[in-house]
Amino acid sequence: MALFLTISFSSIATGIHTWLAGTMQNEMLVKITEMAIAGISLLLFLVPLCFFLGYMERKVAAFMQIRLGPNRVGPKGSLQIVADTIKLLLKEGLTPTASDKFLFNLAPMIVVVTSMLVMAPIAFAKDFQIWDLSIGVLYVSSVSSIAVIGILMAGWSSYNKYSLLGAMRSGAQIVSYELSVGLSLISIVILTGSLRMSDIVMSQENGWWIFKGHIPVLISFVIFVIASTAEINRAPFDLAEAEQELTAGFHTEYSGMKFAMFLLAEYINLFVVSAIGATLFLGGWMPFHIGHWEAFNHIMDFIPSSLWFFGKTFAIIFIIMQFRWTFPRLRVDQLLTLEWKYLLPISMVNVLFVTVMAIMGWHF
Amino acid sequence: MSLLGEPELTEEGEFVINIGPQHPSTHGVLHLKVWLDGETIKKIQPHLGYIHRSIEKMSESLSYRNFIYATSRMDYLSAHINNQACALTVEKGLQIEAPPRAQAIRILMAELTRLSSHQLWWGCTGLDLGAVTPFFYAFRERELIMEIMEETCGARLTQNYSVPGGVMYDVHPNFQNRVKDVMKQVKSRFREYEEALTGNVIFEQRTKGVGYLSAEDAISFGCTGPTARASGVSCDIRKWFPYDGYDKLQFDEIIMTGGDSYTRYMVRMEEMKQSVAIIEQLIDNIPEGDFQAKTKMVIKLPKGEFYQRVETARGELGVYIVSDGAASPYRIKYRSPNFSNLSALSHMATGAKIGDLVAIMATIDLVIPDVDR
Repeated sequence: MALFLTISFSSIATGIHTWLAGTMQNEMLVKITEMAIAGISLLLFLVPLCFFLGYMERKVAAFMQIRLGPNRVGPKGSLQIVADTIKLLLKEGLTPTASDKFLFNLAPMIVVVTSMLVMAPIAFAKDFQIWDLSIGVLYVSSVSSIAVIGILMAGWSSYNKYSLLGAMRSGAQIVSYELSVGLSLISIVILTGSLRMSDIVMSQENGWWIFKGHIPVLISFVIFVIASTAEINRAPFDLAEAEQELTAGFHTEYSGMKFAMFLLAEYINLFVVSAIGATLFLGGWMPFHIGHWEAFNHIMDFIPSSLWFFGKTFAIIFIIMQFRWTFPRLRVDQLLTLEWKYLLPISMVNVLFVTVMAIMGWHF
Repeated sequence: MSLLGEPELTEEGEFVINIGPQHPSTHGVLHLKVWLDGETIKKIQPHLGYIHRSIEKMSESLSYRNFIYATSRMDYLSAHINNQACALTVEKGLQIEAPPRAQAIRILMAELTRLSSHQLWWGCTGLDLGAVTPFFYAFRERELIMEIMEETCGARLTQNYSVPGGVMYDVHPNFQNRVKDVMKQVKSRFREYEEALTGNVIFEQRTKGVGYLSAEDAISFGCTGPTARASGVSCDIRKWFPYDGYDKLQFDEIIMTGGDSYTRYMVRMEEMKQSVAIIEQLIDNIPEGDFQAKTKMVIKLPKGEFYQRVETARGELGVYIVSDGAASPYRIKYRSPNFSNLSALSHMATGAKIGDLVAIMATIDLVIPDVDR
């Protein structure tokens, strides 16, 4: 146990940094090397993560749809997704003749890169964070909105009417729902008084915000889950794809690896959104603590912080996955009605309550 | 419209898309040319003929025993009822009647067909509206009915069980027990159906007030079946022109007056319960006796015209035979329910959104091979 506590992730990072600084002598080069290491380790983390999420989605779907799901390739079908990836890699990536080829090929990359960028300020475990920047929450909400450009680009450049309709729907949807996501994030920022992710996690040392913040934070959490499901274009808000209406929406014309990139981005987004929800509302890597119950808190600390983080994140992912296999899809006007007439006013009033609560110090 | 040319713009801001012939929610090779203003539908033009197999013309060169089998491929979800309609028409021409046992078996099979057809429709409606899960639940019960069909008829989908004068074989000895078991299960699952889709807020929003069809329009477009009954038009052939002894059975004709997609949905849900009621009345009272009336090896209808209408799962199917006294019909015409129901689509969907079009198509319950034949 002592070993576990002494070798924290920050000491590993510091060790790498001192070693690099010692060998390279050039501060710029050290920075670049460190960024490359962070990027590569992120990629190495993302690929198995997406494999797992793909597998999990199929198994959750199967569980809800009284069937078995993948069960042939590998133990319990766990390698099915690997086989699918190989298939997608070997497939020809067609580019339609009449499309805007540059934008068509650029769009999937923008979508994937954006979702990866958002990973930067997420704390995966204690002291395990790529970039603890002082405007973490603002960074997340602003960078994640770049994704819509990729989707619009894909829809426009495909030269397909279905794609265009899907992209337009997606544009209206993401721009609208971003407001609600932003407002629900703001309620936590108000309570914490900081935009920095590590501050937000540390502020939940004596209890997670969802428990400390009474009903207003609970409302923001629910709004956050609904609005971010819409923001990442997942059912029941998957109007941009809307298989039964627009065949495949904005990625109708994509095939092979370019299509896989959209799929990859969807799963990364799913993870990112759940991770942010877990960090802000459920304490991130912070174990379950109750006020000043030192003994209880200490027992909880024995469970590794990464386990706490992933446990919470996957709990939210599981909920969002269940949405997909439960609800019918909304119509485009109903989607916007839901945001502008219900979620946005509610979250605005809610932010007011949270502010009053924060000023008066009514929260725990 | 050329593939690489400028998009076809008929008016300022107007936008034409082709839904189908290959499209996930047309459930077949239906091609709809849709004029759009943004997401709002301005006009719909169905283009038919992608699955035209000239079943009517084919039937003219087939004998009166053989042409029945072609009709299984029209509305393949009501295959048995199509066969029954043809068998009844030939029987009318021969002026014979199927023995009581055959009639009871035919009704049982017809109601099982209707039930399985409505179950498939229920699953597909969920699927079209974006809820994938109901599809699997619907197929769970449908499979049980398909197994009954398989046991008795030897086929699951295209039963070809009705022949002029009765049915081809007697039912399987296990038939009664099995049907009773399945009915018990099906009844207990209606609640699940309602929990999964009927009471869902999003589902209600998507279907209520969508695709309104007034009673006058339903009549003028020639709509029949649940589509018309949801608009308050009483048109159940089983009640109006009973055949095969439907007049001896107790069941209700489901008529609702909402006229929208939700009402059409509810009518079908209630019809499933009525079908179960009919099956339960009959299953213990299948009369003893022959399962087939004696007919000549080569059937020749007397000169004249014969018409028989039946109620399929989608509406009124009419079979019209003109005979010149030969061994095969001189002319055959089918009045298929889907063709008429499809004609109301443009009227219902004008002014709606693309998502509504899918909901409307789902609740009309189109089977495309029946539209084209």
